[in-house]
Amino acid sequence: MGHQKISKEIADQYWKANIRLLLKLLSVWFIVSFGAGVIFVEDLNQFHFFGFKLGFWFAQQGSILIFVALIFIYSHKMQKLEEAFNINDDFEPDSYDEDEGEAS
Amino acid sequence: MTTQMLTYVFVGLSFTLYIGIAIWTRAGSTKEFYVAGGHVPPVLNGMATAADWMSAASFISMAGIIAFMGYDGSVYLMGWTGGYVLLAFLLAPYLRKFGKFTVPDFVGERYYSKFARIVAVVCLLIVSFTYVAGQMRGVGIVFSRFLEVEINTGVYIGMTIVFFYAVLGGMKGITYTQVAQYCVLIFAYLVPAIFISMMLTDNPIPQLGLGATVNDGSGLSILAKLDSVLVDLGFGKYTSGNKSTLDVFAITAALMIGTAGLPHVIVRFFTVPKVSDARRSAGWALVFIAILYTTAPAVAAFARLNFVETINNTQYEATPSWFKNWENIGLIAWADKNGDGAVQYYAGDALEGGKPQYGEGRGEFGERALINTPSSSKNEVYVDRDIMVLANPEISNLPGWVIALVAAGGLAAALSTAAGLLLVISTSISHDLLKKTLVNNLSEKQELRYARLSAAFAVIIAGFFGVYPPAFVAQVVAFAFGLAAASIFPALFMGIFMKSMNREGAIAGMLAGMVFTFGYIVYFKFMEPSANVAANWLFGISPEGIGFIGMIINFAVAISVAKFTKPTPDAIKDMVANIRLPVGEVKK
Repeated sequence: MGHQKISKEIADQYWKANIRLLLKLLSVWFIVSFGAGVIFVEDLNQFHFFGFKLGFWFAQQGSILIFVALIFIYSHKMQKLEEAFNINDDFEPDSYDEDEGEAS
Repeated sequence: MTTQMLTYVFVGLSFTLYIGIAIWTRAGSTKEFYVAGGHVPPVLNGMATAADWMSAASFISMAGIIAFMGYDGSVYLMGWTGGYVLLAFLLAPYLRKFGKFTVPDFVGERYYSKFARIVAVVCLLIVSFTYVAGQMRGVGIVFSRFLEVEINTGVYIGMTIVFFYAVLGGMKGITYTQVAQYCVLIFAYLVPAIFISMMLTDNPIPQLGLGATVNDGSGLSILAKLDSVLVDLGFGKYTSGNKSTLDVFAITAALMIGTAGLPHVIVRFFTVPKVSDARRSAGWALVFIAILYTTAPAVAAFARLNFVETINNTQYEATPSWFKNWENIGLIAWADKNGDGAVQYYAGDALEGGKPQYGEGRGEFGERALINTPSSSKNEVYVDRDIMVLANPEISNLPGWVIALVAAGGLAAALSTAAGLLLVISTSISHDLLKKTLVNNLSEKQELRYARLSAAFAVIIAGFFGVYPPAFVAQVVAFAFGLAAASIFPALFMGIFMKSMNREGAIAGMLAGMVFTFGYIVYFKFMEPSANVAANWLFGISPEGIGFIGMIINFAVAISVAKFTKPTPDAIKDMVANIRLPVGEVKK
C-alpha cells in the first residue's frame, strides 16, 4: 500500500483533525435532515420559502442539496488537511498492490 | 411512426449501445473483473454509481409512492441520499485504502476470522438477491406495457443483455455500460418532468415548479392546491404526514445507514485510483443521484394533481386511453358503486381485500368486471402506485417519443442495478467463498473462470425470480436495508473507527443485529401480518425502520462483548492505523 512512512505523531494528529471535521459536518447532516426535515418539520412549516412550506422543503429538496455540498466540502477540506500534513496522495500513481495475489 | 415503433427503436438502440460497450471493455483479469482494474476516473465512477444505485424502484416506483404518501414519502428522499454522506465520510476512503476486492474481504481480514467473512457473505447474498428480484420484475413490467410482449419474454430478453455484459465485462464492462445507462435514464426522467412542469406552472425547472404557482388563475401554489384538493376528497394534507415522528425518524435512519452498508454500492468505491478519488467520487455520485431525487418529488406532486383532475368525476367512457390500458394490465380497477357511470376518487380502499381480482367479461360501461366486494368507502378507483411515472407522460398527453424514452429509461435503471448486484453476488461466491474459504490455491485464471460461472449462475437465479416473482418481493425490501444497517454497516464502521473492536465483539454484534432485525420483520410481515399496526410495534417503529434499532443493538452487543474478550492483535491494530492514512503507512 504505497511506501511512504509516516511518523505515529503525525498520523495521530491527522486522524484527530479528521474526526473533528467529521463531527462538525455530521452535525450539519443531522440538523438539516433529522432536525429540519423530521423533528421540527411542523414548526418550520409555518415559514414559507419559494412557495414551499420550509419544513417540507427541507424534507424533500433542501436536505439533498445540502448533502451534496457537505461531501464536496469534506473532500476539499481533507485535501487541504492532507497537504498541510504532507500526506497527500496526489502523486500516488496506483495504490493497488500490483501483485494482488494477496499474501494469504 | 407510432409510439410502439418508437419504443422498439429507442429500446433497440440503447441495448445495442450497451452490448457494444460490453464487448469493447471486456475484462482480462480478476482485478479488472472485480474492480475494473482500479482505474475508473472519479466523475465517471460517480455516474456509474448513480446508475447502479438508481434501480427500477427509484425510476419507476419512487415518485408514485411519494405521490400517494406526500410528506411521508420524504423518508425515501432523505434516506436514499443521506446514506452517501455516511459513505463518503465514514467508509469509502478507508475501504479504498484497504485495497481489496470485496466487503467480506474487509470483514474477514479486519476481524481475522473466516467465520466473520462468511457471516458477511450471507448478509450480502440475502440483501443482493432480494434486490435483484425486484429489478427483473421491473424489466418485465416495462416490456409488457410498452412492447406488448409477455412479461416472461421481457425477463428473458433482459437476462440475455445482462448476461452479456456482466459475464463478459465484469466490473469493467459494467462500469462503462452504467455510464451510458445513467445518461439514458436521467434524460428519460427529466424530459417528461420538464414538459409537465411547464404545462402546470410555466416554469421549466421541475424543482422550482414544485414551489411555483399553478397557471390556472387560482393564484395557489402547486402544493397549496394539492393540499386543498386532497382535503376535499377526504385525504390528509399532502404536505403533512400520517406516520409518527419517531417512525419517520427511524425509517429515514435505517434507509440512510442501510444505503451506506449496501455491498453493491460500497464496492463501486474500490474502482477509483486513489483515496481522495473515493471521497470526490461519492460527491459526484450524489450529484448525479440528486438530479433525479430532487426531480422526483416534483413529478410526484404533478402526477397526483393531474391524476385527480383528469379522473375524478369523469364518465368511464370518456376516460383517457391510459386509464383503460393500465386497467387491462391489472394495475387500475374501477367499481361503479353509485351506478352513475362516472369515476369517483376519494380516500380509502375502493375494494375489500385491497388488490383487485378481475372476473370474466366487462361491466355495464365497458370496465373490467371485479370479483371483490366493493368496500364501504365512496372511493371507486384502485390504482397501483407503480404506474405513476410510466403513465405520467400519457396522463399529460405528451408526444409519443417521450413515452418511448421513458420505457428505455426504465429499462436502463433496472438493468444497470441488476448488473451491479449480479457482480457482487458472483464476486462473493468466486472470491470469498471459493478462493478464500473452500478451495486453496486457486489460480488467477481459474478464479476468473469461476467468477464468470457464478455471474452466469446468478443471472439465471435472478431471471427465475423475475419469471416466478415471489409474492413477498415488495414486503422484503425492508430486509435489504434493515439487514445492511443492522449487520454490515456497524461491522465496517467499528472496523475503521474503533481499533479495540475484536473478532468476538464484531461477530456477536453482527449476529445480534441480524437476528433481531430479521426476526422483527419476519414476525410482522409473514407470521402475524394482521398484527402489523403501530400499537403492536416496538416503540411504535414499523418493520421498515427497525434496522435502526438493530444497528443500536449491534453496537451495544459488540462493544460489551469486546470488553470481556481477548483484545485485538497488534498486527490488526497496525493495519487499522494504516487504513486511516490516505497514503503510505505508520512508521513502526
